Amino acid sequence: MNHHEDKIDGGRRAFFGVAAGVTAGVVAPGVVLHAVSAAPRSEPVTDAVRWGLLIDTTKCADGCRACVDACDLENGLDLQIKPEGQSQVQWDRQKSVWIRKVKLQDNQTRRVTNLPLMCQHCEHPPCVDVCPTGASFKRADGIVMVDRHTCIGCRYCMMACPYKARSFIHENVHGQLTRVPRGKGCVESCNLCVSRRDYGIASTACVDACAAEGHNAMTFGDLNDPESPISQALKAIPSRQIREDLALNTGVRYSGV
Amino acid sequence: MIKRIVYREWRIPPARYWTILGILAVIAGIGGLAALYMEHEGHWVTGMNNSVVWGTPHVFAVFLIVAASGALNVASIGSVFGKGAYKPFGRLSGLLAVALLVGGLLVLVLDLGRPDRLIVAMTTYNFRSIFAWNIFLYTGFMAIVIAYLWSMADRMGAVFYKPMGLFAFAWRLALTTGTGSIFGFIVGRQAFDTAFLAPMFIIMSFAYGLAIFLLVLMFTFDQEGRVLGDKIVRRLKNLLGVFVAAILYFTVVYFLTKLYGAKNYELVSWMLLGGGTFTVVFWIGWVLIGGLVPLGILYHPELGKDRNWIAAACALVILGGLATMYVVIIASQAFPLQIFPGQTVLEAAPAGGIIAEPAHYSPSLPEFLLGLGGMAVALLITAGGVRVLQFLPESLADESMPADEGAKATGSALAEA
Repeated sequence: MNHHEDKIDGGRRAFFGVAAGVTAGVVAPGVVLHAVSAAPRSEPVTDAVRWGLLIDTTKCADGCRACVDACDLENGLDLQIKPEGQSQVQWDRQKSVWIRKVKLQDNQTRRVTNLPLMCQHCEHPPCVDVCPTGASFKRADGIVMVDRHTCIGCRYCMMACPYKARSFIHENVHGQLTRVPRGKGCVESCNLCVSRRDYGIASTACVDACAAEGHNAMTFGDLNDPESPISQALKAIPSRQIREDLALNTGVRYSGV
Repeated sequence: MIKRIVYREWRIPPARYWTILGILAVIAGIGGLAALYMEHEGHWVTGMNNSVVWGTPHVFAVFLIVAASGALNVASIGSVFGKGAYKPFGRLSGLLAVALLVGGLLVLVLDLGRPDRLIVAMTTYNFRSIFAWNIFLYTGFMAIVIAYLWSMADRMGAVFYKPMGLFAFAWRLALTTGTGSIFGFIVGRQAFDTAFLAPMFIIMSFAYGLAIFLLVLMFTFDQEGRVLGDKIVRRLKNLLGVFVAAILYFTVVYFLTKLYGAKNYELVSWMLLGGGTFTVVFWIGWVLIGGLVPLGILYHPELGKDRNWIAAACALVILGGLATMYVVIIASQAFPLQIFPGQTVLEAAPAGGIIAEPAHYSPSLPEFLLGLGGMAVALLITAGGVRVLQFLPESLADESMPADEGAKATGSALAEA
């Protein structure tokens, strides 16, 4: 219709060309660098490894709660604040606990045992079976955890867990760690410090804390690797699973119970 | 002479109708506000905690869902079991079934930690979970019952009446089995962990559904002055008596099943004797209010004829049903998990319930209001339904009732009703 409008605007083309070049020049190194730094973390998890824990209850000290405190610190559970107006007793029942220190006594022999109890990272986890959305899942490397994007907060996994390992976030979350996102209305539990797996750190906060205390009651490692310290220890000393009768093949094993 | 059954809308005076609707709407609204409050603040404002994760809302929700499948039973007796006298009830039975299910599901969904993620629940499934199956069982139930209602009401649908009735009956059995299995499939908790809960929930559904049905039937007919024959009321209340007695029988067998294993001795003695509030709710609520007292009324030679007493018995069955759900759902969670058999937990830090003592739970007001709101929603749907559509027969006078299909449907407990 109008001849003038059909004419190509050379200046405009040149501007777009330069703009595109400059943008690419600025962004590309970032993309490349990011890709390089992310490489080890972007590899898919495989079932070549199965992470687990061995707890030697004979070394677990009465009254020590180093593992519990370390877990709280690692996962931002120490940042939990009692909602205003809530009683301390009820808050103690409601706040998240990923690891418990338990003191047992045998009814017959009166022998006392101390041990930490957390998610047992079962091969056949009841929490995963019952989850309607699949938010409760087991990674290929054996870690059982909750996908915070698909958890609808139905708490069926908490009903199903035979170890009472899971907690529901009852309150609004103020302040949380980047590596451990938490949110009101979702369920959470021990994930064997899963963010450490991304960085290739072969330990968990509780294991480190136990070693730092000089107790060395906990060993973390790959149950599939016959040469790993945990496999060697499991071969050398008798151990058992808690609630073996359920045949869940737990990734956390105990000796001395 | 037997007349054709004519259905007509519920035409009570508008002022009375709107008052009923208004009251129900207010209760439903308060329930909604309670849900909003719990959702906004988080579950810390409820009595729930990490040991008792399902509280009063679940008591109401499961009760309503179980009652929903039971309410449909009345229609099934008419179509599947060929009892002609029950056929005129079919439409109301179907409506109540859908209404109760909607009410129950609403409570269940609003008690989620993240109700805003309902879309996730509807699009992401783990088919190993009985919960995921239930999502299909519930939505399917509604669709099937609506189709069943169509087959009852529409001339074109009449050919599907029998097959739809049979299908709906099978589906409702599956639904209640699914609901019972939510608890029955939990291997880690002693009070659950038995497939027995599925048939027990089915028998409970028969009683709760029929009690609600009878109350609604008597109320709607009475309000409008429609005739409800003594003969049919007697049949319905006798049937309710059979179902209530069956619940008591299942209760005894449930505890006997548990007692068979030494590992459950403590559980049974705790529930029946040493469980504090739970024991009181079991004996007074489950056994007495929900069982023996209504049985006594329903089969009493004098009281059993009085409609007010029959209505009272129905109300007691409903109250007892809620008490039963309270014990089944909450007491079962409160009993400590047997993580270390043969050992006593001396200390646990942080405590949170694996200590040898039972977990603590006291229901909070918002939870209760949410549950009540769900009941109001169910009645609101029912009241709306009977007003605008032809759900209620014009008359259920004894002489106008259709005859049973006779010898065709013998050999079943329901057929004897």
